[in-house]
Amino acid sequence: MAETSGTMAASSAISSRWGRGLRRCLAHPQLWPLLTLILLLAGNGLFNPGFLALQWRDGHLYGNLIDIAHRAAPLALVSLGMTLVIALRGLDISVGAVLAIAATVAAWTIGHVSNDGLLPLWLAIAAALAAGALCGLWNGWLVVGAGMQPIVATLILMVAGRGIAQSISGGQILTLYYAPYSFLGNGFVLGLPFSLFVVAAVFALLQLALRKTALGLFVRAIGHNPQAAHLAGVRARAITLGAYVFCGIAAALAGLLVSSNVNSADANNAGLLLELDAILAVALGGSLLGGGRFSLAGSLLGALIIQALTTTIYAIGVPPQVNLAVKAVLVFAVMLLQSPLCRGQLRALLRLRAERRA
Amino acid sequence: MTPAPSAARPVVLQARGLGKRFGATLALEGVDLALRAGEVHALMGQNGAGKSTLIKLLTGVERPDRGSVELDGRVIAPSTPMEAQREGIGTVYQEVNLCPNLSVAENLYAGRYPRRRRLRMIDWRQVRDGARSLLRQLHLELDVDAPLGSYPVAIRQMVAIARALGVSARVLILDEPTSSLDEGEVRELFRVIAQLRERGMAILFVTHFLDQVYAVSDRITVLRDGCRVGEYAVADLPPAALVNAMVGRDLPTVAGVDAERAPPPDAPLAIDAQGLGCRGKLHPVDLQVRRGEMLGLGGLLGSGRTELARLLFGLDRAERGELRIGGERVELKHPADAVVRGLALCPEERKTDGIVAELSVRENIVLALQARQGWRSMPRTRQDELARQLVQALGIKAADIETPVGLLSGGNQQKVMLARWLVTEPRLLILDEPTRGIDVAAKQELMAEVARRAHAGMAVLFISAETGELTRWCDRIAVMRERRKAGELPGGSTEARVLAMIAGD
Repeated sequence: MAETSGTMAASSAISSRWGRGLRRCLAHPQLWPLLTLILLLAGNGLFNPGFLALQWRDGHLYGNLIDIAHRAAPLALVSLGMTLVIALRGLDISVGAVLAIAATVAAWTIGHVSNDGLLPLWLAIAAALAAGALCGLWNGWLVVGAGMQPIVATLILMVAGRGIAQSISGGQILTLYYAPYSFLGNGFVLGLPFSLFVVAAVFALLQLALRKTALGLFVRAIGHNPQAAHLAGVRARAITLGAYVFCGIAAALAGLLVSSNVNSADANNAGLLLELDAILAVALGGSLLGGGRFSLAGSLLGALIIQALTTTIYAIGVPPQVNLAVKAVLVFAVMLLQSPLCRGQLRALLRLRAERRA
Repeated sequence: MTPAPSAARPVVLQARGLGKRFGATLALEGVDLALRAGEVHALMGQNGAGKSTLIKLLTGVERPDRGSVELDGRVIAPSTPMEAQREGIGTVYQEVNLCPNLSVAENLYAGRYPRRRRLRMIDWRQVRDGARSLLRQLHLELDVDAPLGSYPVAIRQMVAIARALGVSARVLILDEPTSSLDEGEVRELFRVIAQLRERGMAILFVTHFLDQVYAVSDRITVLRDGCRVGEYAVADLPPAALVNAMVGRDLPTVAGVDAERAPPPDAPLAIDAQGLGCRGKLHPVDLQVRRGEMLGLGGLLGSGRTELARLLFGLDRAERGELRIGGERVELKHPADAVVRGLALCPEERKTDGIVAELSVRENIVLALQARQGWRSMPRTRQDELARQLVQALGIKAADIETPVGLLSGGNQQKVMLARWLVTEPRLLILDEPTRGIDVAAKQELMAEVARRAHAGMAVLFISAETGELTRWCDRIAVMRERRKAGELPGGSTEARVLAMIAGD
């Protein structure tokens, strides 16, 4: 008798642990973005059975899934930088322009260094990243040093950035004929696009910095209550400045990928409207746009969702003149699905119908 | 339970069996409350006893899990503060929640602007006239077009009451209205309360000051651990019995803590300020605090108490004078500079400057220590250990150390603030009004821990508007007046002497 009750207690403990695990899983903030992504991909798979297929060809992995991840890489990089800035109550709407500047700087450097070895590649990467960091420093200084509101401060570079990029390129689209550079955006490592490794490296680096150092705590404290963080001795201004610099560097990395992918740098159109997609990716990923609560993994998911949407639109053959409208409708649906308020109302509606039927 | 006095006056608001659960914590269980017309009803209880929760249920901020609320015999279930207001329940919160950037008149009418019949435009003349007449009922002469923020907290509180009057409230809930008022302002508030009682309003009054309960209340309801202990007529419940009802045990006496602490006469200086000042904020001030000493800093609101604390902590830059910390001359440009040198400041505005409500108890406690130690993250086990130690030492009531601080009661939030600084083992702890808005027992626990640390060598600068606290706890008292130091008094001075110096006699 005693034994039975013991087993029963044990089994109920197990089931309650299961229940708790399940509940925690359901409450996980990245559950909904993940479901959204899976739903999108599965929908495509239903519509077009070949969509989810992966192929091994010439030592590379091919398929729509790889393609989506590869194309999402620049946006993913920018979204990571944007996540950090937004977590600190900021916003950087100059990322598209910074991307164009970095791409142009890289192309210009390659065009002006005559050497057939790898030197131009390294110089181009260094120059582009330096340009990105400088842009971030400027944005950060305007916000922290001059006390401007982030959206206004970064608007300056958003407007001026493409002008700067064009003055470097001389108003031309700079074309690149240099194989090593082309590898960044087109090469494969271990059968996967190189761009995925860049994103993974930046993500891992950032995650490490946030988890293994006190940066994560500081960022959340500043994001939720900057005044209190300041009073507790957290160097909020320095950290905020650093976030803008990081965001600039991330945009520059994206610029390298984009320009290398198409073997040219277009000061006018590279990264156009990227800032909006990046903000959307951050929001889709479950970060608070008001700062404090954020998720890097969520932002990566957000970037993948946006790219999956774009791919879907092309895959189902939406005429190009209306594809932005269709994208907007899909974004609207995704955001509704992710709104807790909306989900609650939907649940209440379903319950009501079930009761009526009963 | 003491039987309630004869209920001659009609009951306006009747709550029955109210219950509310937040996550794992049962905040309120089966609580009854009856408010009668023309009576002031005091709601008493320690931090976390459920006072705030009960008020939230009555005012529609939260909805009860169980129980009902009746107003004039009709069941109401307000789901927003706006609805509660429309039903006739007006509330003045502890932290005045009006908009300081809007004018007095706008604040009085926000959300219910009178409209012109044509075009539905706001009738500004009616707004202003209405505002003036509302204020006149409280004998207040204010410029209704001036931004509310240009008036002191006491006036803002009166405006909040006037707003409650304006929505023709039958029931007025005052949630710790006096916690930021000085004595004159409290008298003024009590005059207004008495006047409202005459008009037959039912008033629920929440405070931590026992003397105030006996000054204005007719009836007392005591809560403890989310349950109602009882309802009493004021005459039936002397202060000692009230405290026992709130605490449920006999309080340790203060004297035991005090007597042990002899002020150290020749201990080294923890901090030495000479002619420290800042134009427009503070005239040059000399101030020394020795190791192990508790220095009280008194003065009226705006006398320069907080300004001095800000200079000492590097929140504002000193324009003149010099500051030595532990004998070393320093120039503080950032609070981080002060923290590195072993200073700590519990700010006056707990909500905006102190806690990070969304972060956990543990994270709030380790924040300053982590900031001082730099980037290398403290091991999680060490963080847990520190947090648990302080939660225990200060008697912080939280489900566990991962609970967001915003879910704790005010007194427990204040304890978390103190804990954040105690883990840094500061050389000098500056406490700016640490006991405001917290209950007797929490106050006792908090100050006892501070005194214990002072005994172990920590210097304390204790800023308070309550002279009773200054004389009770401090070894020496400095008084600020009109943004300069008015003088110093030795420990053991009478309250009267301190008050006289504050007032400038």
